Formats: sequence, C-alpha cells, structure tokens
Amino acid sequence: MKTASGFNSLEDASGASQSLVPVRFDGQDYMLPEGANLAASLLTAGVSVFRNAPATGAPRGPFCMMGVCYDCLVNIDGITQQACQTSVEANMNVCKPATPADLNTEDDHA
Amino acid sequence: MLDTELAIIGAGPAGMAAAIEAANCGIASVLIDEQQSVGGQIYRDVERVAPLRGAMLGQDFLDGLPLAEGTHSPLITHLAGAVVWQVEKDGTITCSVKDQARQIKAQRILIATGAIERPMPLPGWTMPGVMTVGAGQILLKQSGLIPNKAVLIGSGPLLYVLASQMLKAKTPPLAIIETQTMGDLTKAMKHIGGALRGWRYLLKGTKLLSALKMGGVKRYTGASNIRLEGEGAVASVSFQCGARSHTIPCDTALLHHGVVPNVQISRALQLDHHWDAQQACFSPSLDEWGKSSEATIFIAGDGAGIGGAKAADLCGRIAALKLASELGKLDEENLQQRAAPLKSALLKENAARPFLDRAYPPFKDAQSPQDKTIVCRCEEVTAGEIRKTIALGCQGPNQLKAFLRAGMGPCQGRGCGLTISTLFAEQTGKSMQEIDYFTIRSPLKPITLGELASLKQKDVERLF
Ligand SMILES: Cc1cc2nc3c(=O)[nH]c(=O)nc-3n(C[C@H](O)[C@H](O)[C@H](O)COP(=O)(O)OP(=O)(O)OC[C@H]3O[C@@H](n4cnc5c(N)ncnc54)[C@H](O)[C@@H]3O)c2cc1C
Ligand code: FES
Repeated sequence: MKTASGFNSLEDASGASQSLVPVRFDGQDYMLPEGANLAASLLTAGVSVFRNAPATGAPRGPFCMMGVCYDCLVNIDGITQQACQTSVEANMNVCKPATPADLNTEDDHA
Repeated sequence: MLDTELAIIGAGPAGMAAAIEAANCGIASVLIDEQQSVGGQIYRDVERVAPLRGAMLGQDFLDGLPLAEGTHSPLITHLAGAVVWQVEKDGTITCSVKDQARQIKAQRILIATGAIERPMPLPGWTMPGVMTVGAGQILLKQSGLIPNKAVLIGSGPLLYVLASQMLKAKTPPLAIIETQTMGDLTKAMKHIGGALRGWRYLLKGTKLLSALKMGGVKRYTGASNIRLEGEGAVASVSFQCGARSHTIPCDTALLHHGVVPNVQISRALQLDHHWDAQQACFSPSLDEWGKSSEATIFIAGDGAGIGGAKAADLCGRIAALKLASELGKLDEENLQQRAAPLKSALLKENAARPFLDRAYPPFKDAQSPQDKTIVCRCEEVTAGEIRKTIALGCQGPNQLKAFLRAGMGPCQGRGCGLTISTLFAEQTGKSMQEIDYFTIRSPLKPITLGELASLKQKDVERLF
C-alpha cells in the first residue's frame, strides 16, 4: 500500500478546516474531509490504484477527473461509481470493483 | 415529468449565459448539469472557490463569478448533480439525480456540454499517475491539490495556464515537454493577422511564457518519441528533442494536446456532423444561431466547435435570443438588434483561433500511436490490434466495435473514438468525413437498475 501522497494540499496550508469522517478503502481506514471530492481525497491520502483493468488486471487510477474516462471506478457500498463524480460521506465502504478475473476465481471456489 | 419552455444541458459559460439571456427575454429555463454547482470546466465551482484561491487562479477564472451569480434568477431552475443519459427529438430529457431517474419535457433544447480533452494515447499512458492537464486543473480548482513532482506533456495554451497557476502556488512543474515544432510556428505565422486582431490572447500568451521563464520552469519544444515509464505507476518520462534524449523522473505526468467538442448527445440524436480539418475534430453542423439539423435543438459553446470561454458565452447568448424569438418572446427587429453586437464580438473573439490551432497542432505520434500502445483504455485494445483488424477488411468504427470491443466499455468511445477513426482514415486513404465516427446510443452513461426502476413503467417502455 502506497502511503506517501504525490499531492500537496493548499487547503492544509491555508488552515481551512473541514470535518474529517471515516472512509474505508480496500479494508484500510482513512479520515477524509466530508463533502470533498472522493477521488481527490483518496489521491491525497496516498491511494493511487482505484481499480484493475478488466482484461489484464493492470492497475488504474483517476485520469480525467471530469467523468469521461471511467478509470476512477470504485465500488461504494455495493454500487460501482465514478469516484471523481462522488463526494465523501461518513462511513463509506469503498473497494476496487470486481473484474471478470475475480468473478472467475469466485466460481472456482464454489 | 417537469415541463419547461427551454432546457439547457450544461452549466458552463455557454449554458449559464444562455439561461441568463433567455431570462432577460422572459423565458423560464431548466439548467441541467452533472456537477453540484454551476461553472463548467473553466469556471468550475467558481462561487465556492473564488474566495479560497481566486487570486492564484487568476482573473480568467474570476470572470465566471458574475455569470454564476446571474443564474440565481427566479426564471432559472438549476438541476444540480443531474447526469443526462438520454435526449429525444421530441424534447424529452432523461437524467439521474442521486440514483433517481428524472424526466424533463422541453419545447426547445440547448446542448451546452462543452469539450473533452483530445485523447492522447502514448506508451504507458494508462498507468496510475498519468492524468490529463484538465484533470490537473480540476484538482487544483475544485480541491486545492497540486502534484509535487509533475511534468506537463503536449501542446496548447492550457499547459501554460496550469503551469503558471502551479508556479503561483509555489509548486511549479518539473518541466513542460512540448510537442509543437518551429515548423508549426512558421505555418501559424501566415495567420498572424487574425491573431493580432485577437491581440489579447497573444499578449496573455506572451505574459504567461515570460512568467514561466522568470520562474525557472524548464521547457522543451519539438519533443518526440515520448514514453511514460514505471512499474505499476509512472516513475519517469523519456523523450527526444532533436538528436538529444532526455529522461525526467516524476510522480505525475499530465497530458494534453487540445480539446474537442463533446458530441455524445448530438451524436446520439443523430444530428448532422462534419469533419473540421482545421481543428481536427468532428463538430455538429449548425446555422449562425447554433440551430442544429433538428429545428428544436440548438448547440452552443465548445460543444459546437472549440472557441474558448468568452466565445462560449457569446454563442450561448446568440442561441438564447433566437430561441426567444422562436418561442414568441422577441420580434425579428429586436432579435437582429440585440444579436448584432454579440455576433461582431464573436468574430473578434474567434480571430486568433486559426493562429492558435496551427501553432499548437495535435501531437502526430498520439494521433497515430505505436502498435503496442493501448488506444481503448476501457477494453485494453492496442493500435496494433486495430491496424490488423482494418487490414483484414473491417468496414469501419462500428464493425470494429463488434470485432475488438473497442468503444464498448463504460466510456462509450469518448477516449478512443477519434483515434480509431483516424487510424481507419490513415490506413484506407478515405477521408475522415467518409469514415465518420462510432454510432452512439443511449444510455449515454452506465445506469443502475434502481435508476431505471424509479421511472414509470410507460416511460421505461418508451426508452427501449
Ligand atoms: C478539463 C478541462 C479544463 C479546462 N480548463 C480551461 C481553463 O482553465 N481555461 C480556459 O480558457 N479553458 C479551459 N478549458 C476549455 C473550456 O472548456 C472552454 O473554454 C469553456 O469552458 C467552454 O465552455 P462551455 O460552456 O462550452 O462548456 P463547459 O464549461 O465544458 O461546460 C459544460 C458542462 O456540461 C456538463 N455536462 C456535460 N455532459 C453532461 C451530461 N451528460 N449531463 C449533465 N451535464 C453534462 C459538464 O458538467 C459541464 O459543466 C478546459 C477544458 C477542459 C475539458
Ligand atoms: S477520472 Fe475519469 S471518470 Fe473519473
């Protein structure tokens, strides 16, 4: 798990305070600013891989930040959504969306 | 179902200005946008952000404030967080707001959905850490985030805009790797006359460039053979300038080589489009007022052809006036009188375009990517696979979808459509107009069963 973030937050520098709420991503707990953009908040928290590409499983992260590319797709409480078009809410349970490969392995175990 | 005289899709400068102008003529409109607040791309979230970091983002950003404030009119209903996924010729618009589908029935529709960044497929561009310059801008504007160790790659004024904002925030990019050449500048100089008429842009450009130079931001021009490298995430970019090779370690690489109209809705409506060779993009075919091949549907702003924020504002107003006259709120004389100054301002606004388009053309290596480079990010289809399929006699972009699934992913070809049409044209010798583009179908964005379930049964039947 990558933790050092590649991004600087100006908000911290200006002392603007937003209340932090717990959000879980892939089993790890984070405190993120409530109401902030989910993709931006996860990037700041050091998350760089949001999903795996369906065919090869290659890692992907937010690319366009404007709802066009779908590389920020995550599973939020059971529904696959674009993280760049979603705001942080308390107790969101976020994980990488399942890929066809995951589904196959599940079948194998069944 | 919400009934309205006028529905405007997109609350950027074009949509906001159109709603305000329509309200001035006494027309009530519904202004629909998937974002939570008005502003569009350039003035994103301007009312909240301006007091926080307006100074750093500059006057070009603050110019959006009066527009945004103007939309708080009793005649304008702002439908926020509403993703439009179907538009029908009879004026029915279907969108989702917080997992609930909603429908609007409008007598007239103005599409003002703006531009998307031109796809820039380069080796390694799908790795985490590689984003677009537009994404860099959105992170900065909306969230106050700046990448620590970033390189900017490509061509066009937006690279300088972001670099100078980063510089003001004391986190300049490590380098700007530019793909335009001296030859491009020479070609552009033939159009310098127009650029001088639009001198404000030239002046702004020169000011930006000298600020970057003073700030010590390193620029490389005429770059080629650009590769993004790393294991699992981008760690460096390598490229060539003339005979010299360079490698720059970085955490974030931001790509950009221009924007193109977002034609998703106009394509799904099967409105007429044409290939615009100067801007190297497909644009909807419109009359001088922005009316499309469907008489009740208008298009304004960058979605009608790239012109920038000021031009988008003017086009939005011009379309609104014509719509007002068609809705019986403005007589012919008043229409011509009020439109005349807007039309001449638009001419002046567009004067610098031919120069800019030629000085910062799209990057050739990204228009025709190397065989191993992924073109369709969703389905992970490479340029080589596409070329091979074309060589086997594949008839066009739509047939290619069936063979390779390219364009079948959630982005619906927004990220690969233009590249795929270009590859067809290159290999078959046909024109872009002849090759054309993917057929786009609703839903324009993936929707959940819950969203469908929230529509009435008869509406669902009508949709399919
Ligand atoms: C990422 C990005 C950043 C840019 N930054 C700058 C900049 O800093 N400076 C500059 O001069 N130019 C910038 N541009 C160019 C800029 O887009 C235009 O100059 C200007 O914003 C065009 O205005 P518009 O009203 O036509 O469209 P936009 O401002 O793009 O507004 C379009 C609106 O439509 C909405 N929309 C699109 N599709 C749907 C849908 N299906 N459902 C609901 N809503 C939808 C979008 O959310 C958006 O708010 C940028 C372009 C992009 C793509
Ligand atoms: S980052 Fe492209 S859709 Fe979210």
